[in-house]
Amino acid sequence: MSQVNSSLALSNPQQLEISALQKVALALVGLGLLVLIIAFAGAQVVSSWVMFRISFFGIAMGSLLYTQQEYKNKPEGIKNNGVFFKSISSGGVVAWILGIVVTGFYVCLYWFPALLEGIIRMHDGLSMILRGKIADQWFVYGTFYTVAVLLMGIKFIYKYRHNKYQTIRTLSVMFFQLGFAYLLPAFLAAMNQPEEYFSYFWPLDSYALRPDWIGSKAGIGNFGYFVIITGFLLPFVVTPILTYLYGKRWYCSWVCGCGGLAETAGDPFRQLSDKSMKAWKIERWMIYSVLVAITLLTVLLWVNHQTHNNLLGGITEPYKKTYGFLIAQMFSGVIGVGFYPIMGSRVWCRFGCPMAAILGLQQKFFSRFRITTNGGQCISCGNCSTYCEMGIDVRHYAQRGQNIVRASCVGCGICAAVCPRGVLKLENGSVDIDQRTEELKTIHISADEVGILEMDA
Amino acid sequence: MHIAIIGNGISGVTAARHLRKQSDHKITLISAETDHFFSRTALMYIYMGHMRYKDTKPYEDYFWSKNRIELRKDYVEQIDFQSKILNMKGGNLKYDKLILAVGSAPNKFGWPGQDLKGVGGLYSFQDLENMEAYSPNLKHAVIVGGGLIGIEMAEMFHSRHIPVTFLVREASYWNGVLPPEESAMINRHILEHGIDLRLSTELKEILPNDKGEATAVITNKEEKIDCQFVGLTAGVHPNIRFLKNTTLEVQKGILVNEYLETNLPDVYAIGDCAQAENPLPGRRPIEAIWYTGRMMGETVAYNICGKKIAYDPGFWFNSAKFFDIEYQVYGTMPAKLPEDHETLYWEHTDGKKSIRINYNKNTQQVEGFNLMGVRFRSEVCEKWIKEKTAIKEVLQNLGLANFDPEFYPQFEKDVVATYNNKTGENLRLKPNQKLNAVQRFLKSFS
Ligand SMILES: Cc1cc2nc3c(=O)[nH]c(=O)nc-3n(C[C@H](O)[C@H](O)[C@H](O)COP(=O)(O)OP(=O)(O)OC[C@H]3O[C@@H](n4cnc5c(N)ncnc54)[C@H](O)[C@@H]3O)c2cc1C
Ligand code: SF4
Ligand code: SF4
Repeated sequence: MSQVNSSLALSNPQQLEISALQKVALALVGLGLLVLIIAFAGAQVVSSWVMFRISFFGIAMGSLLYTQQEYKNKPEGIKNNGVFFKSISSGGVVAWILGIVVTGFYVCLYWFPALLEGIIRMHDGLSMILRGKIADQWFVYGTFYTVAVLLMGIKFIYKYRHNKYQTIRTLSVMFFQLGFAYLLPAFLAAMNQPEEYFSYFWPLDSYALRPDWIGSKAGIGNFGYFVIITGFLLPFVVTPILTYLYGKRWYCSWVCGCGGLAETAGDPFRQLSDKSMKAWKIERWMIYSVLVAITLLTVLLWVNHQTHNNLLGGITEPYKKTYGFLIAQMFSGVIGVGFYPIMGSRVWCRFGCPMAAILGLQQKFFSRFRITTNGGQCISCGNCSTYCEMGIDVRHYAQRGQNIVRASCVGCGICAAVCPRGVLKLENGSVDIDQRTEELKTIHISADEVGILEMDA
Repeated sequence: MHIAIIGNGISGVTAARHLRKQSDHKITLISAETDHFFSRTALMYIYMGHMRYKDTKPYEDYFWSKNRIELRKDYVEQIDFQSKILNMKGGNLKYDKLILAVGSAPNKFGWPGQDLKGVGGLYSFQDLENMEAYSPNLKHAVIVGGGLIGIEMAEMFHSRHIPVTFLVREASYWNGVLPPEESAMINRHILEHGIDLRLSTELKEILPNDKGEATAVITNKEEKIDCQFVGLTAGVHPNIRFLKNTTLEVQKGILVNEYLETNLPDVYAIGDCAQAENPLPGRRPIEAIWYTGRMMGETVAYNICGKKIAYDPGFWFNSAKFFDIEYQVYGTMPAKLPEDHETLYWEHTDGKKSIRINYNKNTQQVEGFNLMGVRFRSEVCEKWIKEKTAIKEVLQNLGLANFDPEFYPQFEKDVVATYNNKTGENLRLKPNQKLNAVQRFLKSFS
């Protein structure tokens, strides 16, 4: 007899047995991972190209088969049963183990790439095909990243197959990751051009506006000019226009690679984001500090360049190094992704990303975007807030009939998807652009009769 | 002034919040159920693992002290209305004004065995704990009563792979509220999920084992179904047992006038437990739903703070979710079509989405909307209904009502085509009615 648990923490449900095919699928994934571990350990059983193919095939086929088995017999709909009972998605032991492994991988990648030598060599074959040169740790990272976005993207699409917004949005992030952040740079490398990532720009790509390009890249010819011009156009012209029209989602949950990983590989962890008022306060302090830091850095680099390093040369270099270490490596990589299973999938996007900071300000003040609340239909259940990866307390707005206009909202649309009462809709409109946040719509007592009162919370 | 509120559900809490917004009175919020307000409607999601208990609390715990709303976890056993004193286990409390927001309790119809162990409803947090306690060894559950809570309970057990038999007295699920087509759709959907749905079947008796636990049910068809848990979900009634035989006037619920005042001075009643003496036209005297509780909470706060306002919930709307099928209703949509009404019904070929619009045969004005698997925009429907807009006008502008997520297939043109087929008209749907058009429409005067 199992123990009866009458506390607020409810006991685990019995898991339905996994099917035979799912066992095969898990075995395939296990095989793929085993080969990676063997390579990591430095042994080369067969040629590294063969090892790569076994590993890739095992992981890809295994996870696709698992996904198919998981959802094929279930009617379309929201699939959150047991999310808070499973160790991996509720911050349990499995989540911590996964978090430590991924964090460890990032530490090796940034600071001890020599440890990954075996795995890097496994990727030489693919790298030769795509880039015409042998692999380095960044190529391996890009490959892992892209494979994760694609495989978990397919899983996500299957899970939300009833929801066209989710399907199209996910195809978009998969496309941008594969095309713009993986194949195009590889192709440029093969053509002996600098590996440019057009889906990242200032301030997320902290050096996209660095002045030394002006000198060096112009020499490369037309492509150099193209890079410099897009480098300015994207953040200062394209971004404000698109954000005005559609909100920051056009980038954060449709194009960006960090967002792409968060929305696919990170989806099982979205419910772990902290929804408290305190977290929101910390968020605002941190994200705008990073924005100030990167803006200052960019200004310094330019001043330095114009004054031929005479003025500030001494401080700019260490500043740049510190920013690179703390923000670009520690924050966006190690904490941002490594801590998915503990703090949710958007830690970096929410607390650190300077691009999100700028887009957020535009979204809050110059955008047609909002999440509309459907009259008084909200039953305060909390699904929307729970599954908001950005830690927005969506319910706070919805239950008082107010639309949601928050700087941090990446427009993933999951709150609207999980809402059991059809209360939320992401949409754009200019007619009421100044009244997007108007309050107290649910009242059925006319405002003139009683006089509107400020609501405390 | 000290205002005591019994019940920390949606109605009591809304009253407390609005009282605080408008006044500096001392407010005490009393409940025997949980320390803090949580969303009763989310009980099922705790059991299914979608959320934890703490995720169902609409306000963080600091909210109450910050807004100087005193919380007291205790059970009010008796009220001395004369000297304005609440008798509780943990001591008496004197009040100046009292709001009764004591909610509902599950119905039991005197079935043999209804008080056995392993028999329970789904209303309170304790009910959820009870279900949880019986779940680990549960091989089969029987649910009695085909309403909204019954189907939620079926979904809950189903999420844990516990087989469910669902006894529904009516010939089709919830057909007292849903028109036949919608009701049939939900029957199919229940079966699709592998629930053993028994229509036209009633509970006769629950059999005990030697430990006093439920072990089987007998139906009115003399069938015996083995089970270890019986869920009683045959509706709710106002939870007013502790108020019987007092000077407070009660019938099924606590009787209130349009200002939510009871027969006793300084005593008000709101939410599930209140019964309107003179219900508004087209409305029932007791409406045990979330939205009305919220609106009553707000109204009572104004009345207590000296701004006399009659309770007016506006037009009828509601929503629910039957497994994967969402349901919304706007306006009055009786299960049985009234004589002078005409209905326009469209159903998707997948059998999981439908749109129904009722309108008056004589005046042609729309009366209401029933939606399955499709979301409509509340304010637009409200405006059409309030302004008695004619069906043709509504149909041509039906795009304004669409509230499904972007990129979803839209079915308004199919609804218009259904109408044209039926009437020989040749109406055309105005294309591209996006948010800007909606805003213009809502701001327009007719
Ligand atoms: C499972 C479920 C799902 C639902 N889903 C929906 C839905 O989707 N949409 C919808 O509109 N409605 C829904 N409802 C109905 C809705 O939840 C109720 O109408 C609403 O919660 C009633 O709120 P209330 O404040 O009137 O009372 P309650 O929420 O019942 O609050 C009353 C409180 O008072 C306490 N109390 C009672 N007597 C005493 C006493 N003597 N001393 C101390 N404390 C006392 C009780 O313990 C309770 O905490 C659902 C109900 C249930 C149970
Ligand atoms: S508020 Fe909704 S759309 Fe915005 S980030 Fe959160 S879940 Fe996504
Ligand atoms: S999920 Fe929907 S019903 Fe639930 S709190 Fe959010 S908006 Fe309200």
